[in-house]
Amino acid sequence: MDYGRSERPAGARVLPTALKVLVAGGFGAGKTTLVGAVSESRPLRTEEVLTETGIGVDDLSGVERKSTTTVAMDFGRITISDDLVLYVFGTPGQDRFWFLWDELAVGALGAVVLADTRRLADCFPSIDYFEGRGTPFVVAVNCFEGARRFGLDEVRTALDLDPEVPLLLCDARQRESSRNVLITLLEHAMKTRNSRRRAVGGR
Amino acid sequence: MAADGDPADEQWVDDHAGPVVRPYAVTRGRARPVAGSFDLISLVTATRTNAVEEAGLGPEHVAIVALTQRMQSVAEVAARLDLPVGTVRVLLGDLVARDLVRVQEPREPAGVNDESIYEAVINGLRAL
Repeated sequence: MDYGRSERPAGARVLPTALKVLVAGGFGAGKTTLVGAVSESRPLRTEEVLTETGIGVDDLSGVERKSTTTVAMDFGRITISDDLVLYVFGTPGQDRFWFLWDELAVGALGAVVLADTRRLADCFPSIDYFEGRGTPFVVAVNCFEGARRFGLDEVRTALDLDPEVPLLLCDARQRESSRNVLITLLEHAMKTRNSRRRAVGGR
Repeated sequence: MAADGDPADEQWVDDHAGPVVRPYAVTRGRARPVAGSFDLISLVTATRTNAVEEAGLGPEHVAIVALTQRMQSVAEVAARLDLPVGTVRVLLGDLVARDLVRVQEPREPAGVNDESIYEAVINGLRAL
């Protein structure tokens, strides 16, 4: 029998695969700007309406009198091929929505933490979160106009980053710069995955 | 929480519900889909060119079938129809139950641990 080069029956398609990466950082660090810079169209926005029953054990101080609340997430799409799509999700900025981060982080290949050198401390919670979860991440310092340029070594020390976590400068408004951040993340995520595999393999 | 089914049971709403009335009205008060879990990046593709003739569907159901002629994620469907994700999940459950859309759940993280996928994404990004 000769079915030609492919084992697949005629007309059968490769199952499409959707992947996601997250973009986190403090309020105003440029998350939505970066999402928009790499996406094939303008960033989209989804909203989750949370009801009392949907709220977990997380700290919701400040909203306890409301029975519902709405959290918006901006995201974009990059179609890699007919059967491979990468989604880039900006994480909801409010720290009290950690439980939504949990939903987003499940299955994510990795995360970009955007840092603004004028407010470096704003990205500490994101770094802590991804460290705690074991999600591979990179830190991208968004170079705002007017912000003093710090050396990357200074930033690394100030953030107390592990030496293997990539740290790079970017301009979230620029497509190429933002794309390079994602490439750095994917390379780091692949490396992390490989070294964890070896560790599991006992070598 | 009041579950699926009985359309006569409209007493799910309380005084604080406010702006959530419309999304929940779209689902006739149901908070959970009849089938499926629907991750934000589950991919939805319509199985028919339209669902206008189908009895018992609302305009939002019909809109989803029209929108997913091209494969879309659950998040995209929600964003493009300007509906909360939870509402879209319920509507998608109805459509799956009627075989009007096909949903491809994302691979398990273990399945993503395939180096060729990372390489494909990296190459795709470089080509942008």
